[in-house]
Amino acid sequence: MRKNKFLTFYACLVFGFLFLPLAIIAVTAFNTAPTISFPISGFTFKWFANVFATKSFLSGFQLSFMLAIVATLIALLVGVPAAYALSRNSVRGKKLLKSFFLSPTIIPGIVVGYSLYQFIVLKLKLPVMQGLLIGHFLVVLPYVIRVVGSALEQFDFSIEEMAWTLGCGKAQAFFKVVLPNISSGIVAAFMLAFINSFNNIPVSMFLSGPGVRTLPTALMNYIEYFYDPTVSAVSVLLMAATIAIMFVVEKTLGIGALTK
Amino acid sequence: MKKQSTILLIAPITILLVVVLILPLLAVLLPTVFEGGAVTLSRYIAFFQDPYYIKIFVRTLRIALVCTLVCMILGIPTAYFISRVSKKWRGILMSVALFPMLTNSVIRAFAWINILGKNGIVNQILSALHLVDQPLSMLYTEFSVLVGTIYLFLPLMIITLVGVMENIDNDMMEAAESLGASRLLSFVKVILPMSIPGIITGAVLVFTGAMTAYTTPQLLGGPKNMLLSTLIYQRAMTLNDWTGASVVALVMIVTTLIVMKGLNAIAGRLDKRGEN
Repeated sequence: MRKNKFLTFYACLVFGFLFLPLAIIAVTAFNTAPTISFPISGFTFKWFANVFATKSFLSGFQLSFMLAIVATLIALLVGVPAAYALSRNSVRGKKLLKSFFLSPTIIPGIVVGYSLYQFIVLKLKLPVMQGLLIGHFLVVLPYVIRVVGSALEQFDFSIEEMAWTLGCGKAQAFFKVVLPNISSGIVAAFMLAFINSFNNIPVSMFLSGPGVRTLPTALMNYIEYFYDPTVSAVSVLLMAATIAIMFVVEKTLGIGALTK
Repeated sequence: MKKQSTILLIAPITILLVVVLILPLLAVLLPTVFEGGAVTLSRYIAFFQDPYYIKIFVRTLRIALVCTLVCMILGIPTAYFISRVSKKWRGILMSVALFPMLTNSVIRAFAWINILGKNGIVNQILSALHLVDQPLSMLYTEFSVLVGTIYLFLPLMIITLVGVMENIDNDMMEAAESLGASRLLSFVKVILPMSIPGIITGAVLVFTGAMTAYTTPQLLGGPKNMLLSTLIYQRAMTLNDWTGASVVALVMIVTTLIVMKGLNAIAGRLDKRGEN
């Protein structure tokens, strides 16, 4: 394509808009001044030390990490078999079922969080952890259905049928033939689900209990009371983790796996 | 596949969804349409007669609409640019667009607190240039919610659009140009019409996302600029007004569905017209 200067300039402005706010946060994380200021007055790591001295951030990180993994595993456990069943053409009401499995995306997160709080926490009086787990399961399930579903659409089922005629049992054929062929889809679904669970706020906001806060809700709480670069330091750590994840995904699956 | 095994594979997810999604939703939403054993819409009529609620409802729609339009204005040319560069550059630019989307929304809102606040970067620059005597109050206004929401959803718009535009053949553009169309004209006449389904998909995602986002209006709006989402939280958690929160929740769900169905119907009609 021939270069179009105006279009290039326009795109540069848009990328600047996307990139600068996060860059500014990164810079303020190393600033010595206690209130966020720019340009920075001196270089320090003390806000990072503060992050590791703040208990709610550490326990929040632990909770968010564990929650994201367990919720995603549960979603894979029930989501992969369902996506597999739906990928077979013979299923009646396929479209309806699929949109039912994707329905948590239609219901706004804030409503999911609120209704779970009312029903699970207040009415059934389940422990906070179980409520959070259920909420995050709903957050990640659509990613599993969508991404694993599209991986299965690419899969040539005649290979599976061949395994059957060669004497493989149905279960054996699934684990030995189908699953290895859709493994990259499953990994992509895991990554997307993990990131979205880890970043979720509206659902966690309602389901957090005394002393049980995910990292994003702990951050949100912190911002409401304090205004110092500790939040910037947390942001830098999380952004570094995001970059690491993106790098690994790019090297293994290609970054396109995260844009589905 | 046998019917039995299909049922066996689908049963766990279906039961789980009914128990943890459908039941809680019904338990919360159904009581809002009953009063003394009879079905009534009185609570919803009351909602749309209360000027305070109408204001919040209209503000939510206005922010979602303006956000969607701005995301289209900024996103369409940018996505077009990304879809036409070399494959290597496309990967890099897609990563740059994707990165903010994978970053926590608290962080993204926090960035704008630093930029728009009283001691924020914009005010520091303005006062250093002696353009203002008093720092401008930009934070905790509808403007800051809007900027934060655009920042939240622009990457989604760009990524959705690139997905559609990169499949449009470069030859199409070249054919139009060789037939004498200017580059802008061939973009408007060739690329844009072919991208409309993608643009509508992106618009649906951005509009519904902006309508229901919670973190950004909570952190950048303050109590004076409540949206439906922050209203649900306030009704439920601060005021313990469960019925009120549930009414807002259903209003939000129904509005989202109407917008989704409406825009998708337009997309379907445009698709049909294209086939003829």
